[in-house]
Amino acid sequence: MFDLSIVTGWVHDLLTGWMPTLPWLVTTIECVLVALFLLVAYSLIAMIYIMYERWVCAWIQCRLGPNRVGPKGTLQIFADVIKILQKEIIRLWSTDKFLFFLAPFLVVIASVLTFACLPWGKGFQVIDFNIGVFFIIAVSSIGVLGVLLAGWSSNSKYSLLGAMRSGAQMISYELSVGFSVLTMVCLAGTMSITGIVEAQSDGWFLFKGHLPAIVAFVIYTIAANAENNRGPFDLPEAEHELTAGYHTEYSGIHYGLFYLAEYLNLFIVSGIAALLFLGGWMPLHVPGWEGFNTVMDYIPSSLWFLGKAFFMTFLFMWIRWSFPRVRIDQLLALEWRYLMPMGLVNLVVMAVIVTQGWHF
Amino acid sequence: MDISIFGIQSSTLAVTALLTGVTLVVGALVIAWLIGPRSYTKMKGEPYECGIPSRGESMAQFHVGYYLFAILFLMFDVETVFLFPWAAICRSVGSGALLAVGTFLVILALGLAYAWRKGALRWK
Repeated sequence: MFDLSIVTGWVHDLLTGWMPTLPWLVTTIECVLVALFLLVAYSLIAMIYIMYERWVCAWIQCRLGPNRVGPKGTLQIFADVIKILQKEIIRLWSTDKFLFFLAPFLVVIASVLTFACLPWGKGFQVIDFNIGVFFIIAVSSIGVLGVLLAGWSSNSKYSLLGAMRSGAQMISYELSVGFSVLTMVCLAGTMSITGIVEAQSDGWFLFKGHLPAIVAFVIYTIAANAENNRGPFDLPEAEHELTAGYHTEYSGIHYGLFYLAEYLNLFIVSGIAALLFLGGWMPLHVPGWEGFNTVMDYIPSSLWFLGKAFFMTFLFMWIRWSFPRVRIDQLLALEWRYLMPMGLVNLVVMAVIVTQGWHF
Repeated sequence: MDISIFGIQSSTLAVTALLTGVTLVVGALVIAWLIGPRSYTKMKGEPYECGIPSRGESMAQFHVGYYLFAILFLMFDVETVFLFPWAAICRSVGSGALLAVGTFLVILALGLAYAWRKGALRWK
């Protein structure tokens, strides 16, 4: 299987060969390369995801979807981006200017940092802390701050109520996400992202982890959907109650940045699901089927990762377009009375299985 | 293990990613500011209220229940932070540590049960 660290090692050696006396310049150039990759991948995936959602939504609702701009509507997203960039950025006279402009920064930074932690392929891991998943959880909660600030500083009733709902929902469901991550860390025995992927080389955690892994997967899927303010849990922007929720007062590209971060968060959440339950970039192996395993190994690891992430996203979109919106009391009851206690018990069961050595 | 792509420290790369995010936002705002139109009317600065002039304070009152859930969240989030180091080494520390963590979890579950009983989890 192709290992990207060969390429990065070659680039590193080449740069060091050119400027052996300037190691800081080499590091800077490499950091710029990484930043360029992040920028391009971030915008590309956001664009792909927006079109993906529109097509899946159209397919589920028996519509055609975008089909006018370009072949089969593929250029629609470029038209949208150009249009949104041309719009005026409106700032109300009553907003708190500093916080109003700070909010999109926090939301986007949280998603870029989490985005950089995903396992993109073999040897292709941008940020690889030894406390990887913990870092992901810590950083992704900065996004809640951005959302709360956006609503608070807009000085509009809809924004304020939307932000409050959004904050309550995101912090509540963060716990369930945390518990399912904790369960999988328990099984993997490491918090490092490379470590977790490597632990799944002989079978994905979803198949390896008995019942607790499957329960954790279901809890994660529900909680991640709520964490993203999507699907049946999109009350922060329930349009018939709150217009657009916390970003009511944002216009033009300012709103576009929130939209961008929302779709990126969808990808990140799917990527983390792929990492924790579906083996990251590990190919599908069936024990005993040697020929099948060899063929699977020929598929590049990045394709495996993206494929799993896109599959998970399809699941999230399916849920979003199939279920009616819940009420706020139902939303909080679901988390605190069902998912939380279930997650706690699930963690203990997983710990017992792991300490007794009953896992595969 | 803290060495990532190109053999750079992970913390340096985290700062790089942070700066990338800042660049993205600043870049988008600058482009929009350069090519977007600018106009001024008095009504444009009013908060949105379905087209009618806004009435009363924009800082509306909201439900006190949000605070309760925030406090409960704090309790359980700190607990999750404590559990992470144990989860990472739970295979090697064995049943003794499991017993200790189990006791901790039972106390927390009692806290949740208390909040439930008191009606803090009900949205009134």
